[in-house]
Amino acid sequence: MSNNTDTTLVDNNRKGVPLVRPSRSRWKDWIAVAPFFLAVLLLLIVPSLYLFFGSFQDPLGNFTLSNIRSLFSDPLIAQAYANSIRISIVTALVAGVLGFLMAYAVTVGGLPRGVRSVLITFSGVASNYGAVPLAFLFINTLGRTGMMTAFISLIFSLNLYDDLSFNLYSFWGVSITYLYFQLPLMILITIPVLEGLRKEWREACESLGASHFTYWLRVAFPILLPSLLGTMLLLFGNSFGAYATAYALTGGLINLATILIGQQIYGDVLHNVGLGYALAVGMVVIMAVTMAIYYFLRRYSERWLQK
Amino acid sequence: MKPNRIWSWIWIIIGGLYFIIPLIATFLFSLQAKKSGPSLIAYQRVFNDPNFFKTFFFSLEMAILTILVSMLLVVPAAYWIRIKLPQLRVTTEFITMMPFVIPAIVLVFGLIRVYSGPPFYVTNSQAGTNALLIGAYFIITLPYMYRSVDNGLASINVRALTEAAQSLGAGWGRILIRIIFPNLRTAILSGALLTVTAVIGEYAIAAFLVGIKAFGPYMNLLGGNRTYESMALAIISFFLAWGLTGLIQFASRGRTDSIPSVK
Repeated sequence: MSNNTDTTLVDNNRKGVPLVRPSRSRWKDWIAVAPFFLAVLLLLIVPSLYLFFGSFQDPLGNFTLSNIRSLFSDPLIAQAYANSIRISIVTALVAGVLGFLMAYAVTVGGLPRGVRSVLITFSGVASNYGAVPLAFLFINTLGRTGMMTAFISLIFSLNLYDDLSFNLYSFWGVSITYLYFQLPLMILITIPVLEGLRKEWREACESLGASHFTYWLRVAFPILLPSLLGTMLLLFGNSFGAYATAYALTGGLINLATILIGQQIYGDVLHNVGLGYALAVGMVVIMAVTMAIYYFLRRYSERWLQK
Repeated sequence: MKPNRIWSWIWIIIGGLYFIIPLIATFLFSLQAKKSGPSLIAYQRVFNDPNFFKTFFFSLEMAILTILVSMLLVVPAAYWIRIKLPQLRVTTEFITMMPFVIPAIVLVFGLIRVYSGPPFYVTNSQAGTNALLIGAYFIITLPYMYRSVDNGLASINVRALTEAAQSLGAGWGRILIRIIFPNLRTAILSGALLTVTAVIGEYAIAAFLVGIKAFGPYMNLLGGNRTYESMALAIISFFLAWGLTGLIQFASRGRTDSIPSVK
């Protein structure tokens, strides 16, 4: 967001310096923002730092690196991270590809305009759908007595659970459920991006004799790639931090990083308070790296895709 | 029909079926609460359960209080940073994005460990626990709220308005109440609706702080105990999400917000 709209009111010799009458003293300026920063300090910074420093302490309060080391060696924790990361990668990839194809279909794919608005409205609703009801939705569909489970066994005489050893409360079940909020997010972000592709680029390609395929391979796709990768990172983070859907779906039976933190809050299941803090800090580190790359890619893609 | 368009239909139909089938399945099942035939009795039971409204209104109350707290903290700060303390812009932008990298479950973990024990004991009283819940909601909705308000401030000419008000003799309090808040009503409304959407069925934080008093944990409990009611609840939630989304789109007039909600 730029301040360009305001520049007419700013003295040109002192660009960016407001003309607004200064208050009598400096400290008064800070008082106006103090409640906001105090709230953020108490509710966000202090708890974060508490977890951070706690993760470097042993049960007696001495400094240690063993909690950080245990993140990689403790089988329960390593498994939780691995599951969380695998589910996040799978759902980001599947939602990324299918979401892109669906967004492509309603923008440049030649479908009637009405399909686009229905898809956008539905995606908006689905991305605002609650985590707990989402779990109910899939229990009724793919649970042991769910409608699709019954349908598939009726048509193909194949029981998902007994014959294919599918389980809604496991890796694939949770992934399929997560797609219900991942896919709409991908669609909502990708549609405007695809609409940002300028007609002139395509016309320039055609006038140079390029085929439709060449245009996509050499022009459109390279322009879109940073934005698509960025959005998929956002999806990764979105599912990595998810707790409620997985909990409501499996009753806490699946071992994910978020579920393990939930158990640690109820009682010290890891039998080491510091290890619990390290687990949480590890999640924040993974999220921070993901979001940092996301912002970098988004900034990069905005160069081309401005409206 | 070009082959291109056939593929477009295929992807839309695959995605569409994935979206629609769970809803249809759940709706059809929700009508089967009576052995004798389809009925709406599951819906009736949901609405007849006093806890449904009790927990729903508790969560709504928390959402409204979160919006009030958020407005009182965010609007003056964002305004002040824009006109007086531009050096804080980068810091503030960073801070307001932090909730995106701290999952809700991690936030509530930290809050409980800091404030449930000595020296604070905030969670020992009901008011304290509710306040902590509102505080947590203030943090997780901060990215929506701050961006909404800051975009709103960018779209009105804050500096001109401030100078005009000053030259007419208005003080800072008067400027905020009479000029800034009214001019930001659209931005505040859209931030407020996003907050309601994020908070009303929120599970992770509510479950650990207040338990089944809140709507999210109540729904989860119902899912474990009563099958048909939980299906009816899933359908009701869908329409609730629909209504809220409609309001958000109306308030922000087609501007799609791509911030993920808390799952």
